Amino acid sequence: MVLVYIDHQDNQIKKSTLEAVTYGVALAKQLGTEAHGLVLGNVNDDLAALGAYELKNVYQINDVALAHFDAQVFVKTIAAAATKVGATTLVFSHNQTGKAVCAGVSALLKAGLVTGAIELPKTDAGFVVKKTVFSGKAFANVSIQTAIKIISLSPNSFHTTTGAAATASITPLDIPVSAGHVKVSAVNKTSGEISLTEADIVVSGGRGLKGPENWGILLDLAKELGAATACSRPVGDAHWRPHHEHVGQTGVQVAPNLYIAIGISGAIQHLAGVNRSKTIVVINKDPEAPFFKAADYGIVGDAFEVLPKLTDAIKKMKASA
Amino acid sequence: MKILVCISKTPDTTAKIAFADGGKKFEEAGVQWIINPYDEWYSLVRAIELKEKDPATIIHLVTVGGADAEPIIRKALALGGDEAIRINTDSSDSFYIAAQIAAVAATEKYDIIFTGKETIDYNGASIGGMIAALVDAPYISLATSFLIEGSTATITREIEGGEEVVTVNTPVVVSCQKGVAEQRIPNMRGIMAARTKPLKVLEPAAEEHLTSIESFELPAPKAGVKLVSPDNIDELVRLLHEEAKAI
Repeated sequence: MVLVYIDHQDNQIKKSTLEAVTYGVALAKQLGTEAHGLVLGNVNDDLAALGAYELKNVYQINDVALAHFDAQVFVKTIAAAATKVGATTLVFSHNQTGKAVCAGVSALLKAGLVTGAIELPKTDAGFVVKKTVFSGKAFANVSIQTAIKIISLSPNSFHTTTGAAATASITPLDIPVSAGHVKVSAVNKTSGEISLTEADIVVSGGRGLKGPENWGILLDLAKELGAATACSRPVGDAHWRPHHEHVGQTGVQVAPNLYIAIGISGAIQHLAGVNRSKTIVVINKDPEAPFFKAADYGIVGDAFEVLPKLTDAIKKMKASA
Repeated sequence: MKILVCISKTPDTTAKIAFADGGKKFEEAGVQWIINPYDEWYSLVRAIELKEKDPATIIHLVTVGGADAEPIIRKALALGGDEAIRINTDSSDSFYIAAQIAAVAATEKYDIIFTGKETIDYNGASIGGMIAALVDAPYISLATSFLIEGSTATITREIEGGEEVVTVNTPVVVSCQKGVAEQRIPNMRGIMAARTKPLKVLEPAAEEHLTSIESFELPAPKAGVKLVSPDNIDELVRLLHEEAKAI
């Protein structure tokens, strides 16, 4: 059985989880088995609607100790659940929660783990999973040798597909949950922002924008596109933008459908964080900027002139669509 | 307080990535090796800062690697730390590596184990979580700030779309990223002192490898950029809509 970890936040099943569900269902078909979900804690979202992703059943463990996240508690609970339901493959999203728990589950079950998978495994001879390595500069095909296998799926690498509306059954699972040691004292959400790692479109600015006071034209474009905003390392280091917006080798790695880089020269460390984007647009007034070599579309021009025009052109396109 | 900092050797961030033996092996020729940036800039420097505040703190560094990892661990010692342990084996399997470090941690009883959030070569992001599970300690991933008062740590960690502040008593395993500390440059005194700091070499514990790398691939090269005139922005929007289907 393929068991997919159903991650949720603020009573909503995350988009990256839906990708993991689609992946898990496809993998189950490939292996000739069934896919089930596993949710920890109470979630006020429609779990049964996961049936539309062809998930037949979701196991749910409800315990007061699961009301807030504690990796140690979650790891033990997931490992116990996987053993109880007889899961042979576990699928997580390689998002913040997945990164916090999948390694621990792997160690407890002695189940081989591949993190950051980007496609379905090859299972005709063995079990080989393709993942990104060297911060997106290459791929590795990793063979898992254990009976139980664990995969965490890189966000935005597997598109969600739904079939006809169907209802997944919800099966309560009785697993003793140990009390945790971690207390959450504050949660600071950057409200209203689109999560960078989950975004379909990312608009990113560099030193070419000259100062934090000039970010308005970038934010206008992002708003028009429904995009998340990001920045290069020098911009984060200079505190023009918050640290969590820094994409690159030592920042966040993103893989959106569309990445628009404005006034970013394209240092190799920056490219490492964005080179898995499907389409890259580069706007830079320097025609020699190395980023153009990694781009699909480019405009050699002044961002201060190009950006407002681009925002208007997208508005016009949307109005006529 | 006793701290363990996990150190990994990785290719430099600007290294050209190529493979030998028909994609079976990473091409090491001409590659500069560095301390994994997350291990160095964030976990190691934060450990050093904690020792500067409380000189009774003991810092151990650990690396899993062959003799070729020694320059890296000496460089880490030049930044700070009291002694280093090198476990004399190598692997691309996270569980094998984590189990080696957990075996050291089981006898040494550290209050804090720091790792980087991931290594920049295999991008596993797994070692910290595995060590925590193996020694049965709380695990705080993706930390952006680490403070400690007595035996209570206050840690800020990244969650989706924001941050969360948690408190936890030691022992604890923490994976560090940007924000925890600022990069430092080793000085001459540190480099000289590092030469005489103890570096213990341990033979590996008998542990299993759960995975192995079959082969590597490079991404297909880009077809080349299509340049659009800044006076014809509508054309870019059309291409993004009709050709790339990105908007």
